[in-house]
Amino acid sequence: MASRLRTMRENGSLLALPTISWLVIFFVLPLIIVLVFSFMSRGRGGVAIMPFTLDHYGRTFDVFFIILQRSIGLAALTTIICLIAGYPLAFFISTRRRRIVQQVALFLVILPFWTNFLIRTYAWRILLGEEGTINGLLLSLGLISEPLPLLNTQLAVLIGLVYGFLPFMALPIYASVERFNFRYVDAAQDLGANDIRAFMRIVLPLTLPGVLAGCALVFIPSVGAFVTPDLLGGAKGLMIGNLINKQFGGSGNMPLGSALSIVMMAVVMISLLVYIFANRRDAGAS
Amino acid sequence: MKKLTLLIAVICLMAPVAIAQDMEYEPWTCPEGYEGQTLSIFNWSTYIAEDTVPNFEEACGVTVNYDIYESNEAMLARIRQGNPGYDIIVPSGGTVQRMAEEMLLIPLDLDMIPNVANVIPDLLGAAYDPENQYSLPYQWGTVGVGYSTEVFPDGISSWEQVWEHDGPVAWLDDRQTMLGIAHLFLGNDPNTTDADEISAARDYLIAKGGNVVTVAADDGQVLLERGDVDIAVEYNGDILQISWDCECDDYAYAIPEEGSNVWIDNLSIPVDAPNPELAMVFIDYILDAKVGADLTNYIWYASPNQASIESGFIDEEILNDPAIFPPPEQVANLFAIIDVGAEAEELINNAWDELLIFLGQ
Amino acid sequence: MAIPSPLLINEDAMRRNRAVRRLGQVGLWLNPLFAYFFLWAPILVLVLFSFNESRSVASFTGFTLKWYTNILNNVMGAERAFSTEIMLNAFRNSLFVGTIATIIATVLGTLIALAMARGRFPGKSLIDSLLFLPVVIPEITQAISLAIFFKVAFDWIATISGERLFPGFHTIIIAHVTFNISFVAIVVRARLADMNPQLEEAAGDLGANPWRAFWRVTFPLILPGVISGALLAFTLSLDDFVITFFTSGVGTSTLPVFVYGLLKLTVTPEVNAISTIMMVLSTLLIGISLAMQGRNASRG
Repeated sequence: MASRLRTMRENGSLLALPTISWLVIFFVLPLIIVLVFSFMSRGRGGVAIMPFTLDHYGRTFDVFFIILQRSIGLAALTTIICLIAGYPLAFFISTRRRRIVQQVALFLVILPFWTNFLIRTYAWRILLGEEGTINGLLLSLGLISEPLPLLNTQLAVLIGLVYGFLPFMALPIYASVERFNFRYVDAAQDLGANDIRAFMRIVLPLTLPGVLAGCALVFIPSVGAFVTPDLLGGAKGLMIGNLINKQFGGSGNMPLGSALSIVMMAVVMISLLVYIFANRRDAGAS
Repeated sequence: MKKLTLLIAVICLMAPVAIAQDMEYEPWTCPEGYEGQTLSIFNWSTYIAEDTVPNFEEACGVTVNYDIYESNEAMLARIRQGNPGYDIIVPSGGTVQRMAEEMLLIPLDLDMIPNVANVIPDLLGAAYDPENQYSLPYQWGTVGVGYSTEVFPDGISSWEQVWEHDGPVAWLDDRQTMLGIAHLFLGNDPNTTDADEISAARDYLIAKGGNVVTVAADDGQVLLERGDVDIAVEYNGDILQISWDCECDDYAYAIPEEGSNVWIDNLSIPVDAPNPELAMVFIDYILDAKVGADLTNYIWYASPNQASIESGFIDEEILNDPAIFPPPEQVANLFAIIDVGAEAEELINNAWDELLIFLGQ
Repeated sequence: MAIPSPLLINEDAMRRNRAVRRLGQVGLWLNPLFAYFFLWAPILVLVLFSFNESRSVASFTGFTLKWYTNILNNVMGAERAFSTEIMLNAFRNSLFVGTIATIIATVLGTLIALAMARGRFPGKSLIDSLLFLPVVIPEITQAISLAIFFKVAFDWIATISGERLFPGFHTIIIAHVTFNISFVAIVVRARLADMNPQLEEAAGDLGANPWRAFWRVTFPLILPGVISGALLAFTLSLDDFVITFFTSGVGTSTLPVFVYGLLKLTVTPEVNAISTIMMVLSTLLIGISLAMQGRNASRG
């Protein structure tokens, strides 16, 4: 029997082989090629040629820097807004007493996100346009006399990002609030803590894993957003994802596009490390 | 390149007079032996009539894949990275020259394209492809401004009005044209390859682009139609299409007096095309008098097809529209884009990236 | 310092605390109300204007179904509009790519989940991160890395064999499998974690060989997890735009790639109608997936 079990264990490692090979060939190898490309020169037609150079990184941190900054800034702002909006929302859902109400409340958050991302983003184009629904409404109410420029701004991109990623914040927080035992709060209050103190000392630390996971899940896709700024941002809301796309299209410079993606990936990796570090410290503390 | 503009001036003089002569017309028939084959077309957006492709599929018994692109550069990038399987592309003049030089085009077999006889003779043998070895004209047109007639009841006559307009404006993501317009203002050659002049043009545009809400990828007419912008720098036909769609006078097209870009788009076959023979049959089909006329009647660009013009198949409204067939004195004022070479191309691409970045500041 | 007993807290602090609590309660109601409105308003507006008589999206002029009948007519073949043909073709492409990619990803994802749960081998934590990365890496990075990879691979194949390969369904499917494996693995692993490994061992004790034990015991137990993993993969595949956009070839545009072009170039409420139809379809699809998971949760 023992030998049979051993064969099962060994089979186990064999089972992993096809998947690992697939991921190494089609995931790891492509990323390595991008890394190598990012250090090569631009050849005729935008392909990568020898010799190696650091020019593209120089350009990334020179002219492209403001867009990099804007991408990180917009992603950070998106994360903060999602947190402010998502935390009470998650709290609200998980504190419904009746199970069915809770499920409906949760369902209402998830349902809109079954729609195609492009279409959800397009909906904001309809709302924010010069002759869009919001301007139409405000004009007919007489609140404004000229349509407001809403579309093709950084604000529009921010709205689109928050809209796109709010559930990524709300759902992990919901999961951690749901596990939270509210008797702790009662205990703290019995011990004389006021509500703010009870929240800061008890509720927030215990729901922190959800908050951290939510922040990572919102920040990462926001930094690399391509569709949202493309459909809503116009000339003023350009993000790094759009410029990467341009290097593979019109501007035809694959090595530069590769360098931009490597830098973007580095930003993502750093934020992941921050997340992992914060999570460990939090786990250690509690 | 003065030659090209002069040629077009000649055509313009010619076009409006040559109408409605009754000619005998035999519908285009497909040569035998292509049933069941596939043709893949890579064309600009909003640049074909609704029935052009289905009629061809029916006539030849073939299947057509149809994809769109939004700029010469985007198409070029795609083909340079290895033709993903297209048989027909529609590059503008300068791009034909560039692609021919990079050996990205397959030579045409003019024997397979008898309808080449329909093309306006002066439009054959253009400087970018003197022997028509790689290209035959598809349509020609201009870049100008589409605007809302409500906002501009008196029309637009100068680029200054575009720069200074207090309201949303869309530019066109056509780097050589936009920089070329800036070169005109700076007194330089629109096709200059000089690094300093290219930087100066970039800075000029950034300075004038405060009101630009988007640099549109050949969809400026849609932004205008949705009311998102008051002015859209666009290709003439795209603007005329929306006026025709809404059957209204809400939009108009004008070529500013300082000058702009005139272009000829061409049918070409990219290297590694899976089915070049069928591609040549398709080119012959497009150059048919009736097919070409139907195309022009739908997309509102100027036809290079003499037979289409003379047969009276093209609507008179189109032949008499100065936005489609501009008066010769205006054409003399326009510049054509030529191939600037690999080095200047990189300078222009970098300048354009920088413009996109700093325009939003 | 002694812990203050509630009785010793002065009136002021109590009042302040009550005010904070009331504010908190109001906030706790207002915020979700606003959040739900924010989440739903755009979609409702989108659906509403798909029934609008005029082409405007600023004011509702009257109810009509014409945008839907336009689409339906085309689907039924009553009219043979060119663009609708392309759209239907794109939809077929989406289903084709989704189906194949889902099957491959489900097999690979399930295998690795089983291996991770049952096998003992070195480098497990490395594999963990390998499985985790495709989920967190920005889509555009994955998209361009695959685009470059295929270009390099095809160039290389062309020089050694002289045959030029083109991107197409195979490249899209490879890309979709790659990002889907991790999602399937996560779902199946969650299911496996709930499962008692002793069941399998018991089967072994009763003389079943590992193969038999797997098919008779383990597989039926993880099947609900495998199915919901597959449905998740299928949904992600149908929904993907960025990665498909960079890896597709000629005539292989999927529905999102087609819709992207449409969004840029169309103004009529037909886009709204198509969006509404797509919304209903994907809601149904995920509804089924969820029902599956619900069933598996109640059984497990």
